[in-house]
Amino acid sequence: MKLIEVKNCYKVYNNGVTAIADLNLSIDRGEFVFVIGASGSGKSTLIKMLYREEKPTNGSVFVGGINVAKLRNSRVFKLRRKLGIVFQDFKLLPKLTVYENVAFALEAIGMHNKDIRPKVVKALENVGLKDKMRSFPNQLSGGEQQRVCIARAIVNEPKLLICDEPTGNLDPDISKEIVSILDKVNKELGTTIIMATHDREIVNKMKKRVLLLDSGVLANDIEKGSYVVHEGN
Amino acid sequence: MKAIRILTRGIRDAFKSVIRNFSLSTAAITCSSITLILVSVAMIISYNVRNITTDLERELTIVVYLKEETTEAQIESLNQILDNMENVEMYKYKSKEEWKLEIKNSSDTFSTALEYLDANPLLNSYTITVKEVKDLKVTSEEIKKLEFIESADYGEGIAENVISVFSVVEKVTIIIVGALILVTAFLIGNTIKLTIFSRKSEIEIMRLVGANNITIRLPFLFEGFILGIIGSIIPILVSIYGYVLVYDHFDGHLFTQIITLVEPFNFIIYIALILLGIGAIIGMLGSYRAVRKYLKI
Repeated sequence: MKLIEVKNCYKVYNNGVTAIADLNLSIDRGEFVFVIGASGSGKSTLIKMLYREEKPTNGSVFVGGINVAKLRNSRVFKLRRKLGIVFQDFKLLPKLTVYENVAFALEAIGMHNKDIRPKVVKALENVGLKDKMRSFPNQLSGGEQQRVCIARAIVNEPKLLICDEPTGNLDPDISKEIVSILDKVNKELGTTIIMATHDREIVNKMKKRVLLLDSGVLANDIEKGSYVVHEGN
Repeated sequence: MKAIRILTRGIRDAFKSVIRNFSLSTAAITCSSITLILVSVAMIISYNVRNITTDLERELTIVVYLKEETTEAQIESLNQILDNMENVEMYKYKSKEEWKLEIKNSSDTFSTALEYLDANPLLNSYTITVKEVKDLKVTSEEIKKLEFIESADYGEGIAENVISVFSVVEKVTIIIVGALILVTAFLIGNTIKLTIFSRKSEIEIMRLVGANNITIRLPFLFEGFILGIIGSIIPILVSIYGYVLVYDHFDGHLFTQIITLVEPFNFIIYIALILLGIGAIIGMLGSYRAVRKYLKI
């Protein structure tokens, strides 16, 4: 069953740059997909369209049955509540504790306090940070901060986890740790994961589906692909 | 229930944020305090000047003396004419006998002097209060033209000058109050905007995790409200204590017994409420404007 469906999608920015050109792809529920490509290939634009930070200029982008191309600004929150987003720069609130940062996502959607606590604790357990819930982000390492970001993204048990270069700021060992957490989330919770990355080692090791973008065009789409195979493209 | 939860969380987060962003909160509070003190001083002056002008206007009367030969019947007809005059608020008739008695009672010298005279040299009179002080001159002229009138006098020149000076002062202070409120709005609004601009990432994250616009806006609106309220507390205390002190020091009168200051209570309470209102509303508006910049509505 399709969770993401992109049809004849174009994205042209106001400055005339075409970031995405006639893109067609679909991703099923429960998949783990890497999106790779050189800088400026349209990876980030595609990712941003999935959570409606950007709107396609033409065509349609369906995420969980919602066409983001037609989604009004005032309704964007409805889409965002169905997905989790992990960023390269973590985007944690420095003045909130780990617990508060994760709980923030549930409070923002008006969940009851008594329901929030068990969910936050479970999410922190999933990323192995239960014992650091009272720490502030600046007391954590980069890898730990990224794990908090993942916990915040999965706390609402979304069907889709969108990861925008989540290992971009981390060293190789920590990066592997983060990807193994994402893999666990994918396998144990059945969450669909789409991850934009430059990390060749991880892509090669994971042997997941790989979408290669080149100048906004889908240049390759291979099951159990690797970064090396597509390097020439 | 969900709405109440969002509301209470908004209030809780606003308080947390005021404390966690202590230095910026202090800047916003100090800024509002200083400007609101100026607004308060200008409002107090303006209201007092208005009060003094009204008092002075109330004191202004036309004193009319009747000709010596005026009979009772003629006075009766004069009463009717005055009753029908549009600008006459009220009039008080005083006969020459009443005048004589009053003068006799006022000093022994006058009393002795009047006893030497066979006839009463004084005249019957009216003291007339008008509705519109600006038409005092016109009314006085109209009365002068009537029959049996010896003179009609209202202190020409002095009265007009005093009133015009006070009315200019009153207008100037009202303009100053208006300008200060605008300056306050601008300063408080901008300071609160700065505190919110420094937290644009917070708003961005709220949007990304699926908070709707109301949920995002509420804590910031409350924060602006709280900063505005706290910022108005010092001006309120300064106004209340300051004004009561000034009032007591001058014993309620400024320079002369004619210029009376407005009594502190309940006047100063109204000023306090106005300051509180200005602080709260401007705080909220400042927040509203700043947050809107980061919300794609």
